[in-house]
Amino acid sequence: MSRQFIKGNDAIIVGALQAGCRAYYGYPITPASEIAHAAALHFPALGGTFIQAESEIAAINMVYGTAGMGIRTMTASSSPGFSLKQEGLSYLAGAELPCVVVNVVRGGPGLGNIAPEQGDYFQVTKGGGHGNYRLIALAPNCAQEMCDLTVLGFDLADKYRNPVCLMADGFTGQMMEPVAVPAAKAVPFDHTEWCVRGDAATHKNLVSSIFLESEDLEAHNLKLDAKYKEIEKNEVRYEEYLCDDADLIIVAYGILSRIVYSTIDQARAAGKKVGLLRPITLWPYPSKIIAEYSERDVQFLSVELSTGQMVEDVKLAVEGRAPVHFYGRCGGMVPGGEELLAEYDKILEGVKS
Amino acid sequence: MKVFEKPTSFYPRFERKGGPHKETTHYCPGCGHGNVHKMIAEAMDDLGIRERTVFVSPVGCSVFGYYYFDCGNIQAAHGRAPAVATGIKRANPDSIVISYQGDGDLAAIGTAETLHAANRGENITVFFVNNAIYGMTGGQMAPTTMIGQKTATTPRGRIETEHGNPIRMAEIISTLPAAGYVERVAIGTSKHIMKARKAIRKALTNQVENRGYSFVEILSVCPTGWKMDSPDARDWLLNEMTQVFPLGVYKDDAGERENEWYRPVEPFVPEKVDAYFSAGNFEEADEPIKLDKSLQCKFAGFGGQGILTLGLFMAQVGMRGKLHASWIPSYGPEMRGGTANCSVNLSEARIGTPLVDRPNVLVVMNQPSLEAFEKDVVDGGTILIDSGIVESKPDGDRLNCILIPATKIADEVGTPKVANVVMLGALCAATGAFELDFVEETLRAVVKKRNLVDMNITALKRGYDFVRNGG
Ligand SMILES: Cc1ncc(C[n+]2csc(CCOP(=O)(O)OP(=O)(O)O)c2C)c(N)n1
Ligand code: SF4
Repeated sequence: MSRQFIKGNDAIIVGALQAGCRAYYGYPITPASEIAHAAALHFPALGGTFIQAESEIAAINMVYGTAGMGIRTMTASSSPGFSLKQEGLSYLAGAELPCVVVNVVRGGPGLGNIAPEQGDYFQVTKGGGHGNYRLIALAPNCAQEMCDLTVLGFDLADKYRNPVCLMADGFTGQMMEPVAVPAAKAVPFDHTEWCVRGDAATHKNLVSSIFLESEDLEAHNLKLDAKYKEIEKNEVRYEEYLCDDADLIIVAYGILSRIVYSTIDQARAAGKKVGLLRPITLWPYPSKIIAEYSERDVQFLSVELSTGQMVEDVKLAVEGRAPVHFYGRCGGMVPGGEELLAEYDKILEGVKS
Repeated sequence: MKVFEKPTSFYPRFERKGGPHKETTHYCPGCGHGNVHKMIAEAMDDLGIRERTVFVSPVGCSVFGYYYFDCGNIQAAHGRAPAVATGIKRANPDSIVISYQGDGDLAAIGTAETLHAANRGENITVFFVNNAIYGMTGGQMAPTTMIGQKTATTPRGRIETEHGNPIRMAEIISTLPAAGYVERVAIGTSKHIMKARKAIRKALTNQVENRGYSFVEILSVCPTGWKMDSPDARDWLLNEMTQVFPLGVYKDDAGERENEWYRPVEPFVPEKVDAYFSAGNFEEADEPIKLDKSLQCKFAGFGGQGILTLGLFMAQVGMRGKLHASWIPSYGPEMRGGTANCSVNLSEARIGTPLVDRPNVLVVMNQPSLEAFEKDVVDGGTILIDSGIVESKPDGDRLNCILIPATKIADEVGTPKVANVVMLGALCAATGAFELDFVEETLRAVVKKRNLVDMNITALKRGYDFVRNGG
């Protein structure tokens, strides 16, 4: 298979176009701007649409318009811009519109800085907008996944009629790695039944999230909830490395999972049974596998570029059956391998509790 | 009589409306929205565009526009209708897109979307119903509320020095070159209605003929919000509102613009996308290269020395050799202190962290980089230094040190720009990981500027020979 050597940010756009995405709407923000640069180059070249919108709010609402036509569309931003998209995401989820939204997370809160962080975990996985809704959240950790999970994101978005968030970080965006570009395939979904294309076949359709009557809105929420349960059943994705016999399971995603991966062999070489569990879907969360492991004599350590967000999901999965620890850096500080190995030691020696 | 007939662009019965009364609208008696809806529906009938029309309803009393219009309907968030309309029109330029908005929606919360859609000359039609009040939320001040007008949030009347002045959107939008047609009309006497009907029709015709952005502001009544009966409301509109919001055509450039604002798009053709991106594919070696050990390299120097490109070349050489490869530039706090640097990993096994904090190969092209990174190099690691630039010497007992005057050699080759490639040659010789021919082929494949290829190859060989011949 032939490959190219490209940046994670570029790989997102390659994946999107291969998946049949036809319109990109964005607003510049570091460290997500390169995605817009790539989109500006490639979308028009392939007969698609690129608009630099007046704000992230406008961009997500342009996405709403195109998504309402049943056409694959996306936007990308970074944390402050992702905050501005929350209203739009709630509308997209409420109206059940498929799309992909990338958040290349940077340091916060407020203006923060442009360095990599994972402080938007709550916002992405718990719904930063209003109402009972969920985003399907995917966390790539390499350039290949920036491409592949974008493709998967479009498929899941169409399959469940729900927005999908690709939660990345500055490292996975900036990093260049070999990427095998997946073959483009015709989009296997037909949305004629509900979408509004401005043609005869769809002119009776309505895209909306209003349900004036309480009974109706409750029914709509329950329908969404049933869909979310279906997603939780079918779409959990994770990767594990040497968890089977581990005394300590490190839970980490995105770039941190790469750093942790490098430490596992080192720890094992020193006789310490450490394993890695990497959520690929942050929502739905791989709670079941974590719960299964927690039945054994084991400890967990959630490592994050935050002050402790995902660790809550680990604790929810473990339900008190095993100790759950946390180690995090933030603001752009990234733990090195030696720093992490020292943390593992503290836990395994019972110093940290 | 025709006037009593419902336009066919309206549903015969309003089934989407809750409650028992499916024949009447949800609007208050005497409300202007109903009149405006009817005129739009009639124009849609006349132009035969019902099936290709998408009606974007706003948030406001007209949020339920989809009860009535027998066309595609999309309901937008408060103020975002022009952005939603943009997303529809761009994805299907053959659709007819109507953005229908109240004054709070269009001129307060959605001002940015309004102006920028106009400024891009979106080929859409905006109907702006200005009733000088927030109807839906119970009669608060709108951006178009008149001076002195009492509302729920201006109980003492609108005061200029406290609330500012009523905003004149038709005037503002008419200053934007890409806006094609801007007119203000009113729901008043039958003469006004006739003008309004004409303007609405023209604004839609413009879109059908791809003449670009059209904006019709319709002064309308809200008897409920204004706390007036219908006749008084009409009088107030005609006597007071038109003073502040003069009726008339503010701009009409659409005449010369037929089809100028049609923005074609193409459908998704998988083969075309495949062909487009496959141009970036790399030709890789038949057999993977064997490495004695994984290379964890750091490249550091001044910005402008091509240090990041040097790292990139190295990574591409590895990739062509079917190795796992990663390249990542310095990022965040690391970037301080006058060095640009990047990390490159080459390995037969899957690469964990792409960040190299303990390199076994360090390439430095300036003094601060040596000071910053020498201590990080693992014992027995290799360090390559541009000895023409870096003054001090690294610890030769701990590290395998290679000093090469790369920039000087590059000058001899023809340009200091290829000093990084001299270093690449030296690196190949020092690590013994790659055949010189293989590196040369890679360079030929990846160097973008064709006229620089030969110079790069010469630089590569000079660096390689320098190390092979013992410096
Ligand atoms: C984000 C947001 N803010 C506020 C509201 C509440 N709201 C609904 S309609 C409206 C104003 C409507 O006024 P206008 O646009 O003038 O339309 P009218 O009802 O007069 O036709 C407001 C503030 C909302 N729905 N969403
Ligand atoms: S409140 Fe005003 S704008 Fe709303 S329906 Fe009643 S009269 Fe019309």
